[in-house]
Amino acid sequence: MFSKIMVPVDLAHLADLERALTCAADLANHYGAEITYVGVTAPAPSALGHNPKEYEARLTAFAEEQARSRGIKAHEFTAIAHDPTTDLDDTLLKAVKQTGADLVVMASHLPNLTDYVWPSNGGKIAAHAACSVLVVRG
Amino acid sequence: MSDTTNQGIPEPEGASDIIETDYVIGQDNIETKIGPFGLDIHNPVFVISGLAIVLFVVFALFAQDTANAIFNGSDVSETCLAGSFCDLGMRAWLTSKLDWFFLWSANIFVIFCLLLIVTPYGSVRLGGADATPDYGYAGWFAMLFAAGMGIGLMFFGVLEPVYYFGTPWGDEPLGVVRPFTEDGVLIEENIAEARRMALAATSYHWALHPWAIYAVVALALALFTYNKGLPLTIRSAFYPIFGERVWGWTGHIIDTLAVFATLFGLATSLGFGAQQANAGLEHVYGLPNNVTVQVILIIAITAVALISVLRGLDGGVKVLSEINMVIALLLLLFVLFAAGAGGILAEFFAGLVAYAQEVIPLSNPHGREDTGYMQGWTAFYWAWWISWSPFVGMFIARVSRGRTVREFVICVLLIPSLVCVLWMAVFGGAAINDVIANPETSAVKAQVIDSYNPPLSLFAMLESLPLAAITSTIGIILVIVFFVTSSDSGSLVIDTITAGGKIDAPVPQRVFWCTFEGLVAIALLIGGGLGALQAMVISTGLPFTAILLLICVAIFKGLRAERR
Repeated sequence: MFSKIMVPVDLAHLADLERALTCAADLANHYGAEITYVGVTAPAPSALGHNPKEYEARLTAFAEEQARSRGIKAHEFTAIAHDPTTDLDDTLLKAVKQTGADLVVMASHLPNLTDYVWPSNGGKIAAHAACSVLVVRG
Repeated sequence: MSDTTNQGIPEPEGASDIIETDYVIGQDNIETKIGPFGLDIHNPVFVISGLAIVLFVVFALFAQDTANAIFNGSDVSETCLAGSFCDLGMRAWLTSKLDWFFLWSANIFVIFCLLLIVTPYGSVRLGGADATPDYGYAGWFAMLFAAGMGIGLMFFGVLEPVYYFGTPWGDEPLGVVRPFTEDGVLIEENIAEARRMALAATSYHWALHPWAIYAVVALALALFTYNKGLPLTIRSAFYPIFGERVWGWTGHIIDTLAVFATLFGLATSLGFGAQQANAGLEHVYGLPNNVTVQVILIIAITAVALISVLRGLDGGVKVLSEINMVIALLLLLFVLFAAGAGGILAEFFAGLVAYAQEVIPLSNPHGREDTGYMQGWTAFYWAWWISWSPFVGMFIARVSRGRTVREFVICVLLIPSLVCVLWMAVFGGAAINDVIANPETSAVKAQVIDSYNPPLSLFAMLESLPLAAITSTIGIILVIVFFVTSSDSGSLVIDTITAGGKIDAPVPQRVFWCTFEGLVAIALLIGGGLGALQAMVISTGLPFTAILLLICVAIFKGLRAERR
């Protein structure tokens, strides 16, 4: 049913992603699909790397570790955004196209008041992506 | 914070020279939720700068006379000696006693930047040897102009050249001849020389020197962020000088000062800007000129800036800056052709020549008689540019990744300088033409020379040209939009500094700073105190000048390590 699953990850908040990561791996095993872990970074240094190259190396290590521990085939994809706070959704939507994914599995926070003003990332991806989107609540 | 933070950072690939430090970006940050709002703020910079700003606003509101006496020197008791601190106030005292320090520092920044262009250090690429530019020339150029100078060009483009041309207050640059007699009659033989010096003296304040100040700060931040891997915040530029101490209180103080200068600089300009726009609206449409209209203007400007920061750097700030540059260019072209393209272009080249001839005498602080010009204008301008440099420099740094140092300095120093000289030649030239052609009836002469009424100088010049109703409206729109582009980029900068250099802090934080800035402006506008606080911001120019000299040393050290 699915052959390429895209999983957006925030390497700084992996604990919040656990359910989504497990769910994606289970689906991948079930359908024999590959997973692409997508990370978004800025050109400026962050806690996760001095530059996008270092960030990418870290994401690769993460993908390899996931592949090993969950017994799946995994890749990584690093997307760069100038202003991640606001450009995250658009960057992820572009990554859906670039990775050729047919399913996106992503974690979401519990909806709250601010969602009326600032739509959640999961909500926007689900509304605009061309493929299926599974939003997993933490 | 996840446990992956300290794993897997590979060695840099020879393209850049990462500074090894144990500091992890965001390690001092507090990530929390207040109600439904997520926060990711630096402890203690966010809280201290927020509280200090509130305290100073309260001080300015409730102790207005004291605040004015300290910063602006309004002598209540009338017992102060002429020229003493309590007579002049902090700002004027600094610019009159330390004029030599400001002038020499600015000269050093210009020489430093020019040296970078011609030395091999110019070939270092910001972001590592393989980096590619994040923005094309048009967007990059529009952003650095709109953030740092746009609004000043609108305000001073007519005012300054005309003021130097015919000032009756003894501020003639280098003591140049006046083209008017005491009774306001033109003296034909003095016109050419007064005009030449007016253009040179204006260009001096808007060309190489201010842009060198911005370039030094921006280059330091870009270098230490993109090449050395330190967080995008002001303290990073001081790493070569203070070492690991920049992550402690030394750095907290530097960052807090920068937030302080940026927010008050923006808020006070926003307050004065609203008054200017209001004066324009009254002049063109007969709208009432009162606090209510000005508060509405501030709310409108802040609202548009909010939309811009919510849309982000690419979708908001860049787009708005580009729109702004197109409108400004159209206005420039209109004035150029309406006032006679041939004559004005000749004025531009004459301005360049005059600038080249006079820049050295103008930038020498010793043995000058024209203290009205040198202290009242030049030293004031230098302190002003320098107090704005943390904000503008940091914004320029953020959008300049992927350029070589040489390309960076040429584009931040030389090209904006040329554009500024052109702008001053066009707007100032058209205005001076009008003053000479109709010395009796000229509105420009009435607003600048006969009665000093700065906010109306631009509109007075536009009146002397055809289609004044349309161009004046465009002028008002430009003033407002230039404020928006300063306000939104300023909010992004403050947000990044108060998030410890993280540029992916939650949206509510940038909304907070943008709104806060508008509120501070409104409070000061209603309660008074705009002048006192602006004088205070300009006073921060003094410590920053010393800091900038240190930064030059840091840049030199950083570039040398990069070339090894």
